[in-house]
Amino acid sequence: MTEKTLVLTDVVKRYPNGALAVDRVNVDVNAGELVVFVGPSGCGKSTLLRMVAGLETVTDGSIELAGRVVNDLEPAERDIAMVFQNYALYPHMSVRKNLSYGLKNRGLPADEINRRVEEAAEILEIGAFLDRKPSQLSGGQRQRVAMGRAIVRHPAIFLFDEPLSNLDARLRNRMRVEIRKLQRRLNTAMIYVTHDQVEAMTLADRIVVLNGGRVEQIGSPAEVYGDPASTFVASFIGAPPMNLIEVGIEAGRAMRDGVALPLPPSHDGALPAKAIWGLRPERARVGDDGNGIPFTIDVVEELGASRLLHGRIGGAEFTLQQDASAPPPSQATTLLIDPRDVHLFDAETGKAL
Amino acid sequence: MKSAQFDSRFGPYLLLLPQMAVISIFFLWPAAEAVWASFFLEDPFFGTRVFVGLENYVTALTSDDYARAAWFTVIFTAVVTLATLGIGMWLAVAADNVLRGNNTYKTLLMWVYAIAPPVAGLIGVMLFDQHIGPLVDFVALFGHEMQVGVSWWDTAIAMMIVASWKQIPYTFIFVLSGLQSIPNSVREAAAIDCRSSIRRFWTVIFPLLAPTTFFLMIVNITYALFETFGIIDLMVKGEPGNNPKTLVYKVYLDGFRGNDLGGSSAQSVILMILVLALTIVQFRLIERRIHYS
Repeated sequence: MTEKTLVLTDVVKRYPNGALAVDRVNVDVNAGELVVFVGPSGCGKSTLLRMVAGLETVTDGSIELAGRVVNDLEPAERDIAMVFQNYALYPHMSVRKNLSYGLKNRGLPADEINRRVEEAAEILEIGAFLDRKPSQLSGGQRQRVAMGRAIVRHPAIFLFDEPLSNLDARLRNRMRVEIRKLQRRLNTAMIYVTHDQVEAMTLADRIVVLNGGRVEQIGSPAEVYGDPASTFVASFIGAPPMNLIEVGIEAGRAMRDGVALPLPPSHDGALPAKAIWGLRPERARVGDDGNGIPFTIDVVEELGASRLLHGRIGGAEFTLQQDASAPPPSQATTLLIDPRDVHLFDAETGKAL
Repeated sequence: MKSAQFDSRFGPYLLLLPQMAVISIFFLWPAAEAVWASFFLEDPFFGTRVFVGLENYVTALTSDDYARAAWFTVIFTAVVTLATLGIGMWLAVAADNVLRGNNTYKTLLMWVYAIAPPVAGLIGVMLFDQHIGPLVDFVALFGHEMQVGVSWWDTAIAMMIVASWKQIPYTFIFVLSGLQSIPNSVREAAAIDCRSSIRRFWTVIFPLLAPTTFFLMIVNITYALFETFGIIDLMVKGEPGNNPKTLVYKVYLDGFRGNDLGGSSAQSVILMILVLALTIVQFRLIERRIHYS
């Protein structure tokens, strides 16, 4: 059994005004694992992270960090280090003091503090501006200093709260890779909160998809992408999102506006009369073997490496992603779909069938 | 800005003219008059004046009375400034802990600021009234009969308390808004880095308040030096006798009660020079250590 760094058990956050921000969340983080909390704004992901940090009180449930329940401990008494979205550097301190402040308060000897600061500065390549103030640094450099402040602490777990959302797109891509490399190198558990599903997919060992304060699904990026537990996960993870079409089930066939859509092979048995039929945009291809599904194209988007074809199957909107090297189809065409790629969700609850 | 935006090269001066006129009429001209008058011995009744050179200055600087007033002014200003800053800041920090994100209470507390200063001063004086003052009754519990306006020490302490009391709301409002402008995430980062909230205050919050504190220190020193005139006047009830007085009050006493216009002018020139020096020192020394972020 792998060692658990963090165990969240039935964690609830209810604000005094009655709003339920986090609803009975159960999540484990294994040693050395990078877990991403992802969801739209207001889904409770940041609240949950801040509860782990001790910046929000826990209404109910338990938070167990490195083997001890930390519910009632001050943030400084928990073995955590946090990186904030706006960096939250101390503006009146030099970079060096920003890094050493937490260590000094914990009574570490000066030579150990120096050693750790130098080490972090080398890892993050911020050695050249250790004596500068945060106001003299660029956004990317501040980001590194904020991470440095977390690294020097050698905590049991890193908590990253949307750390890249204040950076421009190019820098964000680079820092994303660096954060992943850094986490591998330090081999310390990390929770990374983001609303960006690309960050979630690329960084995570495991993704926790949150919606309305509840966990929708926990799994590896491949699992969450390939086998979404609900229509919410299906439409949130992946860009462009999964095509979701409301269908009626008649005589073992999914019908939409008189068009028959294939059903997944494992679901020939008892199905409700209505369901939501789902297919990833890259899982269909243009072609005709006599049973092709009629597809009318409205708009074509060229993305360079690929091409998006927005159109309709019956009356339902459908997007197809195809390789840019494929010949551009005419306005009306037919699609071939492998039934094994099809997902089926409950029409009422949105849960996978 | 390009100079080409003005049709005439006199345009900018024309725009500055109102401000320059105000400064000239209300500051430069009276100041020049004071400097000029300080070199004369003036007969207040017949308008004749005798040039005496620096004699007014020598008289002022060598008199015991002036030295006593100067000494009291230093103590008075230091006590009032520090008490105002300290208590105002303490109240603001306490309020800030409750008020984070609660604008209703914040607005309610701001109302204190809307009380007119003379009213506040008068209430303060009444607290020390010989007959109806609750603070006099309070001190009497400890066996001391306060005689404000009669006893030097009682008057001095009452002056300092009332002067501080009147200025605390002003300090409070500024420190409170300074505290509320410190980003939450910086406080939270500090909470993770430092367990002791007192240490957090002195290492993170207080340095970030430095610009506000510096501003308030200057404002409060100016207040204690000059704007406490009304309070002192109310306290000594027009009978200065051997009551404590600040240098500003002494300028008034000597000039308008003692009719020594030359000596009074010399004293105001000395004050002017002191204030100028103080301001330069403050900006040079303290501002260098302040972190405007």
